Amino acid sequence: MLEIAHLRKSFGPLVAVDDVSFALERGKLIGLLGPNGAGKTTTVSMIAGLMKPERGDVLIGGERLMGDTDSKKRQVGLVPQDLALYDELSAHANLRFFGALYGLTGKRIEKAIDEAAELVGLADRLKDRVRTYSGGMKRRLNLAAGLLHDPDILLLDEPTVGVDPQSRNAIFENLEVLKGRGKALLYTTHYMEEVERLADRIVVMDHGKVIANDTLEGLQSTFATAGDGKATLETVFLTLTGRSLRD
Amino acid sequence: MAYIPLLAMIRKDLQLFFADRRSVIVSFVVPIAIASFFGSIFGGPSQNSEPARIAVAVIDQDGSAISKGIVVGMLGDKNFKVTSPAEAEARDAVRKGSIAAAVVIPKGFGEAAGSAFFGNGERPLLNVLFDPSRATEMAMVRGIMTQHVMEAVSKEMFGGEQGRAMVDRTLPQIQGSTIPGDQKRALMQMLSAIQSFYNQQTPAGAGGGGNGAIGITMPYTVHEEPMTAGSNIAYNGYAHSFGGMAIQFLLFAMANLGIEMLVERERGLWSRLRSAPVSKLTLIAGKMASGTIISLTILLVSFAFAIIVFGVRIQGSAIGFLGIALACSLMASAFGVLVAALGNTPATARGVTTLAVLMMVMLGGAWVPSFIFPAWLQQFTMIIPVRWAVDGLDAMSWRGIGLSGAVLPVLVLLGFAALFAAITAACFRWEEG
Repeated sequence: MLEIAHLRKSFGPLVAVDDVSFALERGKLIGLLGPNGAGKTTTVSMIAGLMKPERGDVLIGGERLMGDTDSKKRQVGLVPQDLALYDELSAHANLRFFGALYGLTGKRIEKAIDEAAELVGLADRLKDRVRTYSGGMKRRLNLAAGLLHDPDILLLDEPTVGVDPQSRNAIFENLEVLKGRGKALLYTTHYMEEVERLADRIVVMDHGKVIANDTLEGLQSTFATAGDGKATLETVFLTLTGRSLRD
Repeated sequence: MAYIPLLAMIRKDLQLFFADRRSVIVSFVVPIAIASFFGSIFGGPSQNSEPARIAVAVIDQDGSAISKGIVVGMLGDKNFKVTSPAEAEARDAVRKGSIAAAVVIPKGFGEAAGSAFFGNGERPLLNVLFDPSRATEMAMVRGIMTQHVMEAVSKEMFGGEQGRAMVDRTLPQIQGSTIPGDQKRALMQMLSAIQSFYNQQTPAGAGGGGNGAIGITMPYTVHEEPMTAGSNIAYNGYAHSFGGMAIQFLLFAMANLGIEMLVERERGLWSRLRSAPVSKLTLIAGKMASGTIISLTILLVSFAFAIIVFGVRIQGSAIGFLGIALACSLMASAFGVLVAALGNTPATARGVTTLAVLMMVMLGGAWVPSFIFPAWLQQFTMIIPVRWAVDGLDAMSWRGIGLSGAVLPVLVLLGFAALFAAITAACFRWEEG
């Protein structure tokens, strides 16, 4: 569904992403892990079309993503790390606006809003202004806004930052539903347990490069400890990226 | 399909603008309040009001026919609002700023002024106490007093008792003086002629500047014709003030629109917009279109208020007025996106743009008409877009100029809009990082 081939991006002398490649299949979720500054958000930005790669390709359904108005962008939904919502507008007005960016109008947008709001459990609060929402509700609305146009690929950049366990669990359940519907999900996070629960495959990045790409079981067996033999994902991660602080 | 995102962006920006009550008040109510104030002090509708009179005091310590004549002249002058307090009170009133000046006519002024009128004797002092912060009014007082003193002195000297006495007294003095022969003869002839003139006057007409007395008067009467839309149409100061203030506040609104774009970038909204299959042109055009609608609304609401409440009229071309209003709104919205293109953070952009807007409206004549600027500044301000907008709106409102007068302002404003949009396209940070 989504194939990343030899992506590279630099900002002045800093190489943020260097020769990054991986593939994401329909109905699967890849957990994209890495310390701060590893290049995860830059990679997601290039996949979403926010940045132009210096080298390499983003292939969607086997076709190269080209330019701002490429219709293949309709197959991609972005759930950014920030709460990209207009606080002064109602949830409904927010969703109607984001849907219209993908050409949705009339009954189609209303149906899409109802379905997305139903999925994230906000159907009864659509008329309320977003500023009256809790942090968890805003996170769920942020997810709904990325789903409106029914994308095949969903890019989730740390979608659970700052939410309570209930909302976090609700988001996980939403994502499992989406996987069940055949969506391909790329999930960026710092929370290891989220990846352990959700990911079919784990990609670890550091210093702009992919340093591991395997299933949870594969990583655990590769980095098996001497004692009981099974390493936690956090142990694997720290073994791969080191223990020095990243700012 | 590109029109759907475009319309959605316009609708969203309008919703956000009108959802922010503070923005609405600042953009609509504040300019109307300030323009009403400025309009009232800069003339208002002139057909219904007289010019403000200058408050002056006069203290007549002389009590002569001449000093009384000066006081009568001042009392009858439409430019003055005259009071006659004691000197100490007058000094206090000037110091406190409650009157612009006080004229003190000292004892012996009339006698000395009469003598000095024919160059025979020292010129007496006429004391004028004035408020140094009101130099313009002082200049007017000086000019008007010259007229009244000359009238009073000449009237007395050519027809009053003091004039007769002075001529009777002066003739023998000249006779016995050491003035050169030719000059003495000429002066004697002139004073003798004046003495004959006095003798022909009836007693009732003579003395104390009586009704029959004549003197030097202003040898002309000024006919004032305001050059507005027509001979029966008066200047309305509200037309300028409402145009100027509306432009100021629509520029503030558009600067805020640009700052909101920077806030959108900080909050990740810009990333979400750019992840959609929408061109950069559509994103900028959407912002400019919503900005133009908001600006145009501010301008039209302000003028509508001025028309309904203060009787402002579009005396020139209505199409020209709408053309200038639209071009001005487009220029302002392009200025807004320029703020987003050149600004780094909302905080820094806010400070810089506030200064930029204030400079533009000040130099563009939005606060006070540009014709009071020095000549070099009037020329310089032609590079300020606000100057073209203000002059254009003045031309279409109280000046009553036709459609042809709108063409150049519209073209220049559209040129500025294109320039701002081009700089935005070149400098806008489309990518993060």
